[in-house]
Amino acid sequence: MNTLSLQRLWESATGPIRASYRGLSDRSRFAAKIVGFLLVAALLYSLPLWEPPLITTPASDWPTVLFNVGVFALAALGLNIVVGMAGLLDLGYIGFYAVGAYSVAVFASPNSELASEFPWLVCVPIAIGLTMLAGVMLGTPTLRLRGDYLAIVTLGFGEIVRLTAVNSEFLGGSRGITEIPHPPGVRPSGKPLFGVLDASPYYWLVLTLIFITMVLVRNLDHSRVGRAWVAIREDEDAAELMGVPTFRFKLWAFAMGAAIGGLAGATFAGKPAFVNPQSFPVLISILILAAVVLGGAGNRVGVIVGAVIVAYMPERFREFAEYRFLAFGLILVIVMIFRPQGLIPNRRRAVELEDRKKEAEVTSV
Amino acid sequence: MSDQAAATRTPPSSKLLELDDVTLRFGGVTALDGVSFHISEGEILGLIGPNGAGKTTAFNVMTGVYRPTSGHVRLDGEPLGKLKRFEITKLGIARTFQNIRLFPEMTAVENVMVGADARHRTSVVGALVRSPRHRQEEREGREKALELLEFVGIRDRANAAARNLPYGYQRRLEIARALATEPRLLCLDEPAAGFNPAEKAQLLELIRKIRDRGYTVLLIEHDMRLVMGVTERIVVLEFGRKIAEGPPSEVRENPAVVAAYLGEPTSAA
Repeated sequence: MNTLSLQRLWESATGPIRASYRGLSDRSRFAAKIVGFLLVAALLYSLPLWEPPLITTPASDWPTVLFNVGVFALAALGLNIVVGMAGLLDLGYIGFYAVGAYSVAVFASPNSELASEFPWLVCVPIAIGLTMLAGVMLGTPTLRLRGDYLAIVTLGFGEIVRLTAVNSEFLGGSRGITEIPHPPGVRPSGKPLFGVLDASPYYWLVLTLIFITMVLVRNLDHSRVGRAWVAIREDEDAAELMGVPTFRFKLWAFAMGAAIGGLAGATFAGKPAFVNPQSFPVLISILILAAVVLGGAGNRVGVIVGAVIVAYMPERFREFAEYRFLAFGLILVIVMIFRPQGLIPNRRRAVELEDRKKEAEVTSV
Repeated sequence: MSDQAAATRTPPSSKLLELDDVTLRFGGVTALDGVSFHISEGEILGLIGPNGAGKTTAFNVMTGVYRPTSGHVRLDGEPLGKLKRFEITKLGIARTFQNIRLFPEMTAVENVMVGADARHRTSVVGALVRSPRHRQEEREGREKALELLEFVGIRDRANAAARNLPYGYQRRLEIARALATEPRLLCLDEPAAGFNPAEKAQLLELIRKIRDRGYTVLLIEHDMRLVMGVTERIVVLEFGRKIAEGPPSEVRENPAVVAAYLGEPTSAA
């Protein structure tokens, strides 16, 4: 079965739905979109409450798996800005994630030397700010490099962050930092909302953050900023000659990508309540990149789907022990053979087809 | 009296862009050798010469891709100096490319909007929160882009990805994108390359329309007939040197130009 017949199958299956959607007026379309979104959101939010057959993970705590997948998806959304939109190959993305996690740890944990009175909620914006700063610091000297060279330098950055954590006493060395406070909130029963036993609230938190981030990234995508990033990806020299300050926008791509990675890291740190350097190996950088490429670089929904596959599959097949990575690897290879452009490729093709139909309608009136 | 003052001011300001004794060397190769010429406001200047004469190099010096080894490029009498390429674009020099260099995955209208963005001022934060300025600039940018696509005659494929456009459309899209930056000087690098005679005639028409809109045009072209038909003045380069300058009729008769294009009578024998 090749890609084409898969696509035909998909089109024939969804054909009636799409046909009736197209027949709607603009206002009803908007309403249909809202309803569709609410259904998807309701389904996603309800996931930890029922253990859906087949997709639930018998070998691991289901809400915790959902939370981990969510954090991974959030990070992938950030890397998508850098790699998918601006076309800058970043192999050290875990570095930003680590900076975000450690920022929360350092400022919020009573065990840290820099302990402050700031609760988790205040530390998150601080963490985002610090990771953006890290992005600018990494980008300023390195964004003059292109392609392979940039990839190598960023790979080094990820390791530098980890090794700095191992060797810095105020970052807890290789032991890490413990007693990071959880996010705030109280249950009706009086117990803390974000506890140790039930991971569902953490999942809802990260899901909410994903929705907010998607809206913000979408706004960037549909603006001169997103156009500048894509133009840089497509032809950096031509972009510069068309008036795009390429260096400044590449730096912004790094800063925005870093901010989202930092947010993911800070969110992550709030659950296990400890961080140590072993949580941030190079492998995660590569896996996040795999999620972006697998899902369809440049497409937000695609990237989330990619992240879900990359983060969820190993958990689902945990019962196969070591063999689970074999299954995981096999899935990656199969997807790359049949959908080299990613599971949900660039939006622009779809937009093009949709608009052509609209134009045909307009001209025929 | 004010007329008089204007008249005395006109000569310097009529030189929109000026190359003053520009030399450019790459290691041992001299790509441009003491080239001087200027482009006046509102004219169409043709830049011709055989392959490898330095036409595109001259373009690249004007748009900041290369910096002259010696000599100056002046826009309105101000040397371009060390300005960055995007800053030169904002000052009002826009160009197309000999080998088409669109943003292939973006739609035609998005390609043009990138050009229009050169005049936009929405910040990243403004885009993030969809500020009023962002919305206004998006709306205006799209309208402007569609209007320019109409102007160059490819409005019907506004939402097609650039890479899916036919060749002639791509050439026109490059012109629309360059015009969207609101240039004072539009540099066209062999816009008719690969066109058949009918398409060339249409392009000629488009270039005239562009001039009539008040743009100054610098046209690099291989096809002598195309240049002769549309330009008021021609500069001829050969081996990085200027060998002739003048109205088309004069240049055509110039023995040096004839020799450059057809070969020296002595060596041909």
